[in-house]
Amino acid sequence: MARELWKGNEAMAEAAVRAGVQAYFGYPITPQTEVLEYMSKRLPELGRTFLQAESELAAINMVYGAACTGVRVMSSSSSPGVSLMMEGMSYIAGTEIPAVLIDVVRGGPGLGNIAPSQGDYNQIVHGGGHGDYHPIVLAPSSVQEAIDLTVLAFDLAEKYRLIVIVLADGSIGQMMEPAELPPMRPLRTEYPEWSVRGAQGRERRILSSIYIDPIDEEVMNYRLMRQWSEIEANEIRYKQYFLDDAEYVVIGFGTAGRVALSAVRAARAEGIRVGLFRPIGLSPFPYAQIEALTEQAKAILVVEMNAGQMLDDVLRAVKGRVPVEFYGRMGGIMPFPDEIEAEMQRIIQVPPVLNGDPRKKWLQRFGKVIHAE
Amino acid sequence: MVAIAPTQLVYQRPESLSDTPTHYCPGCTHGVAHRLVAEVLDEMNVRESTIGVAPVGCSVFAYNYFDCDFVEAAHGRAPAMATGIKRVLPDRVVFTYQGDGDLASIGMAEIVHAAARGENITVVFINNAIYGMTGGQMAPTTLPGQKTTSSPGGRDVEQMGFPIRMSEMLSSLDGTGYVVRRSLHDPKNIRLAKKAIRLAFETQVRGLGFSMVELLSSCPTNWGLTPLEALRWIEDHMVPVYPLQDFKVSPAVAEIRV
Repeated sequence: MARELWKGNEAMAEAAVRAGVQAYFGYPITPQTEVLEYMSKRLPELGRTFLQAESELAAINMVYGAACTGVRVMSSSSSPGVSLMMEGMSYIAGTEIPAVLIDVVRGGPGLGNIAPSQGDYNQIVHGGGHGDYHPIVLAPSSVQEAIDLTVLAFDLAEKYRLIVIVLADGSIGQMMEPAELPPMRPLRTEYPEWSVRGAQGRERRILSSIYIDPIDEEVMNYRLMRQWSEIEANEIRYKQYFLDDAEYVVIGFGTAGRVALSAVRAARAEGIRVGLFRPIGLSPFPYAQIEALTEQAKAILVVEMNAGQMLDDVLRAVKGRVPVEFYGRMGGIMPFPDEIEAEMQRIIQVPPVLNGDPRKKWLQRFGKVIHAE
Repeated sequence: MVAIAPTQLVYQRPESLSDTPTHYCPGCTHGVAHRLVAEVLDEMNVRESTIGVAPVGCSVFAYNYFDCDFVEAAHGRAPAMATGIKRVLPDRVVFTYQGDGDLASIGMAEIVHAAARGENITVVFINNAIYGMTGGQMAPTTLPGQKTTSSPGGRDVEQMGFPIRMSEMLSSLDGTGYVVRRSLHDPKNIRLAKKAIRLAFETQVRGLGFSMVELLSSCPTNWGLTPLEALRWIEDHMVPVYPLQDFKVSPAVAEIRV
């Protein structure tokens, strides 16, 4: 396949088509609506299922129903819509069936705005509805990576029978870049042994998230947590840039990581020994790999398009061994590379100390940045 | 010697019902409704191609009692879940079984839009004017003046609004093929209910649109009545508010001869 110019949302939709998605259910919400629109044209021409639901609540429950039949199925939405999907996500997790969701994150809280944000990190990585379960979360920083991770999402969802979420942001969804799509995979003709498709010549099957006896529910939770341990061991994904001799480490995911890379390159050009660690899998999170970086780093700078939601996971990994600083832009604002580079220069000139809360220190500096004080 | 006539089996469990004792209270009509649905699945020989969608409420465990494939929906979302299944497997028979809180309160959007889309699914709607499983709270179908644990002085329509007539509402939507209300309070009405359920499933297998049978049902436990009093209460109090009628029988459905 040749590289073509693709818009992120449409590229993710086509990637899902090529990965064999048989049904899509969704609801319009900016900045992900192109996924829905693309699917509305593409899936019917392939004889597959597209349906615009009456709400995100209905969409995720349609996904839940279709997933019970053992086909590849997905939805996509953006932050407020994903909040409405939390109910269905918990039920899907409790039923232990695969489903894929794309969240093209926008500014919040509340109605917020339609600009790129990473404010859904906690809602997706640490949230996802009630009860003890974890989704696998993959965060692309380019259209190509969005394609690759969407395909991977279906494979992982089926391998582990759980929800996999591609956590993109408005800029990944809206921008156009050259990218290569994978070849079309054939649709499956055989269905999993758990799938509910009518009890033709076999015992009936029941798919449910109910374990009315708490003893059974605890066993089910134990099964989920044991499986998650396996996923934590096998499904860690990240990318490292200029880290071999780095004295300073920047950590950022998705678009924030990509902007940080520009800043790191600029700093390298000035001879500063700085590198970038970009988590691709946010759940499970690369705790051990970040902990290992504390052996070489004099300080770590975390950059996000939120108020430091991943920061807490980085702090957990760093265990207080080296100073951690934070720089975030919120509410739909993307950082510029020179803002991040200025943060690096500040850290080099006035080496940070271990004491103190990086978020509070950032907030003290940040009021001046946005002229709010 | 008295001659013993050979045994003749005149009544047995339908094949589509599993051999599982139900958890329903004595006198509750859920068991009757389950049996009618199962008899229809048997008669139409569709048990092996049927997928049921259970609700949240007293019939949450319906999946245990039917001997066909089943899924369990979130509260009110059964029509959305059924839509997901039916769209992927259009040649299967898909039905939801929902109570009044599930269908007419928390799941109002899902049922209305499933009907508006003309989803080829069948809905068995149990209207007993109360929330059973949580212990007798006011439902959207609770009658004016009816006492419940959350309307202890009786449903005051000034404060709590009016009961919702779902069949009347849904029948106004073009996507519906068959929408009727029946009652389970006596044998005659039970027979009429059975016929309606059959016609609803026939509507689905012929691809004639959304079908729903609303069944006026009893809840002796939460109404505080004996089973017999409860059946009389349906007749005396519910039927006047919820008339037993055919609200939508599309011309194509009207031609179905069973």
